[in-house]
Amino acid sequence: MTLPILKAADFASDQDVRWCPGCGDYSILAQMKKVLPDLGVPREKTVFISGIGCSSRFPYYMNTYGMHSIHGRAPTFATGLKATRPDLMVWVITGDGDALSIGGNHFIHVLRRNVDLNIVLFNNRIYGLTKGQYSPTTSEGQVTKSTPMGSIDHPLSPLSVALAAEATFVARSIDAHVKHLGMVLKRAAEHKGTSLVEVYQNCNVFNDGAMAYAQERKQRAENVVELEHGKPLVFGKDSEKGIRLVGNHLQVVERSEVPDDDLLIHDEKDPNPSIQMMLARMRYPEMPEPIGVLRDVQNIATYDDQINDQVTQARQARGEGDLQALFTSGDTWVVD
Amino acid sequence: MTNKDVKSVTGITVRLAGDSGDGMQLLGTQLTNTSALAGNDVATFPDFPAEIRAPRGTRAGVSGFQVQFAKEEIFTPGDTLDALVVMNPAALVTNIGDLRKGGILIANEDGFTEKDFKLAKVDANPLEATVINDSYRLFRVNMTDLTRKAVSEHGLSPKVADRCKNFFAMGLVYWLFGRSLDPTLRFIEAKFGKKPDVAAANEAALRAGWAYGETTEAFGESYQVEAAELEPGTYRNIMGNQALAWGLVAASKLSNKELFYGTYPITPASDILHELTKHKNFGVRTFQAEDEIAAVCATIGAAFGGTMAVTASSGPGIALKAEAMGLGMMLELPMVVINVQRGGPSTGLPTKTEQSDLLQSMFGRNGESPLPIVAPRSPGDCFDMAIEAWRIAVECMVPVMILSDGYIANGSEPWKLPEPNELSEIKIEHPEAGEPDEPFLPYLRDENLSRPWAIPGTEGLMHRVGGLEKQHETGNVSYDPANHQLMVQTRANKVANIAQRIPEQDVVGETSGDLLVVSWGGTYGACLTAVRRCQEAGHRVSHAHIRYLNPLPRNIGDLLKSFDRVLVPELNTGQLRMLLRSEYLVDCIGFNKVQGKPFSVSELIEAIEKHLPSAVPA
Repeated sequence: MTLPILKAADFASDQDVRWCPGCGDYSILAQMKKVLPDLGVPREKTVFISGIGCSSRFPYYMNTYGMHSIHGRAPTFATGLKATRPDLMVWVITGDGDALSIGGNHFIHVLRRNVDLNIVLFNNRIYGLTKGQYSPTTSEGQVTKSTPMGSIDHPLSPLSVALAAEATFVARSIDAHVKHLGMVLKRAAEHKGTSLVEVYQNCNVFNDGAMAYAQERKQRAENVVELEHGKPLVFGKDSEKGIRLVGNHLQVVERSEVPDDDLLIHDEKDPNPSIQMMLARMRYPEMPEPIGVLRDVQNIATYDDQINDQVTQARQARGEGDLQALFTSGDTWVVD
Repeated sequence: MTNKDVKSVTGITVRLAGDSGDGMQLLGTQLTNTSALAGNDVATFPDFPAEIRAPRGTRAGVSGFQVQFAKEEIFTPGDTLDALVVMNPAALVTNIGDLRKGGILIANEDGFTEKDFKLAKVDANPLEATVINDSYRLFRVNMTDLTRKAVSEHGLSPKVADRCKNFFAMGLVYWLFGRSLDPTLRFIEAKFGKKPDVAAANEAALRAGWAYGETTEAFGESYQVEAAELEPGTYRNIMGNQALAWGLVAASKLSNKELFYGTYPITPASDILHELTKHKNFGVRTFQAEDEIAAVCATIGAAFGGTMAVTASSGPGIALKAEAMGLGMMLELPMVVINVQRGGPSTGLPTKTEQSDLLQSMFGRNGESPLPIVAPRSPGDCFDMAIEAWRIAVECMVPVMILSDGYIANGSEPWKLPEPNELSEIKIEHPEAGEPDEPFLPYLRDENLSRPWAIPGTEGLMHRVGGLEKQHETGNVSYDPANHQLMVQTRANKVANIAQRIPEQDVVGETSGDLLVVSWGGTYGACLTAVRRCQEAGHRVSHAHIRYLNPLPRNIGDLLKSFDRVLVPELNTGQLRMLLRSEYLVDCIGFNKVQGKPFSVSELIEAIEKHLPSAVPA
């Protein structure tokens, strides 16, 4: 039997997509549909689970199994599903408010458990669905509908949180950088364990241009470093700049002034996340921001494998459960 | 066998009370199991502080375990005590009120020092009080000292040696009530076998306690309770939470489903997790989540995947699960949600019992979101109701709530082992792969108004579910006003229709008369016993104990109207009463107690008699 060859269009559901015109979500949806056929996983074995927010309408637009759940909890539904159905490919679609505010707790725990699923976090640094309040990633001082005098919250970095939770796959991409986005989504899918992909996503209604420095092609070269495993960190329009490690901090250098051997070589496989954490802490405008795979460590036991292994082991050791034996375990007595 | 006189009695109620570190719960559990193995009917009531180790010797730190064992069928752990064992003054002053006049009072005299009086906030030694000596048969025993002597050859530290004194007390109680030492000797071997010196010391203390009763002249006679005349069969003693866990395991077998149990630890529900996690060879997967919300959501995820999914908590945790339960109800996925109720509101009385989450279960979700509710009536009944809950969940594609309570959860009773092949199968059919060109309708309904349980991995049935209102049949998101009304009504009807398929309400006694006592949950035993006593006294009183709370059995309305008066005793301020009155316009009378304690039979009899016609029955 030959498997049918699927195209991106096969993954589109019959529902109208209802995001605002110009929303960055369209690009992420398009890349997802493009990547899925390459993974060789049948549509019926693919499940999208989301929380609440604009991004969380995503499952309705995919012709796969899907669940639009409740605010911030998508990782927990996905954990229950994957723990019992390891044969499925499970994606969690979430946003910065959903994953990091109301769902902050679950975000940490799904990562530390290393459930084999893929989280795509659409980060537009604003609450879109509830119309313009600040989010956990909104910049300090930003005026929003709920912060007329400027936000006084220190923003949270999802990549730093993920690394602190010992996540085994951590990456970032950009809605407008479609090729890169496709590559990162594919890498995430191929990783065994929880993968986190933060996607810079433009909300052109409530926070237009908040990440223009990274999204716009002209500015991107100067403000973004594309990470590649085993390659030095270089950036700039003509790749004229690089990053090196001096003592315990990272420094931007002109390549004309330092030998290339001094530049930091990216190691996404390093089990010690210290330098990956330094990369996650690079922030515009002081530093260029990294995109690509910060961390991809393999061979860490997954939660779903382990919960199922324990069942297998128990059956091997004690045999398939038998009700009669269960009832008569311990002291019993007979009444004639 | 004892050489002293043995007096035969029909039943004994004994309470063991001491400091929360004294091992009273262990002592009580052993006495219960031994009595059950002797063929007595047993009922227990453990009562302990919420703190792991409340301040030693204080009234707040008193831990008690009450057990009634009898040759007759019993339904409660007893009202007044025939015997009370106290390890210190705090235990004495907090429990003496329940000992009947002339009852046996055994005190560990070594626990009655000046320091202990201060801790218990008593002025003088209560063992010297005239009222104590005149009212009860007081036995002062130097348990600590005797235990030290008994275990001296085993080379334990004084601290470890003193810890054996509960086994000394156990030995004495066993002698007094003619119990066999064998089951407890087997327990000691199993529990302490790896520490031979501790095992030997505990055995020595147990035997010393027995010998003390036999040899000292203080005790002139012992008591014997004959085996109860129970229905023929094989029995074991079972606790409520254990029976719930076993019922879930059995339900998973009967439906040929593996079991996923998502939970977060909370008193008094945690023992269900402890029990289930032992049975992974049945295909049980237990998930200790980061919080209650994660627990219920993971459960819904597992249900979506086609697994038998269960979550459990107590009231405060159920409050946190509310939003997700609403989602489960919208998704129309089968699962079981267990609430082992405790004293509320908020954190309330974590280790005490109450029945105050009925309205929370009925209405504690946003919007119109009815869920079926069942309530076991006793520890053994938990097994049956767990199976029943899963059967309803599958039949109706809906989360079903089980309302247990702390009294049932920690209480125990003899349980007749069911024959596994006589338990009826729970049939589950998942739709098979669909035709590629035919649209799949995830919200198409069957004769029960249930939708198909199509699970991921099935070709051609891809569909999306979610908490936004759904279009009838297609399940697509819909804001259409008429569709919303249709869906709200359909979900309500689906639950209401269950009434046609559950048993009619049964009645103990006549189906009409002067007074009907209506109860639910863990008050079953006390209400039944009280009604039976009133019936024996010639009153026209009947008892209806409801195990299906939503929907209510279809004949309840007629039944209520067939009696002159309806009395609803509840351990809350009148929650079932409110439901019955609003549903059937019958002016039910409440008898309500909110003290964190179960009903006593005598207070129920008093309440019943208050509402009977004043004329003396013929």
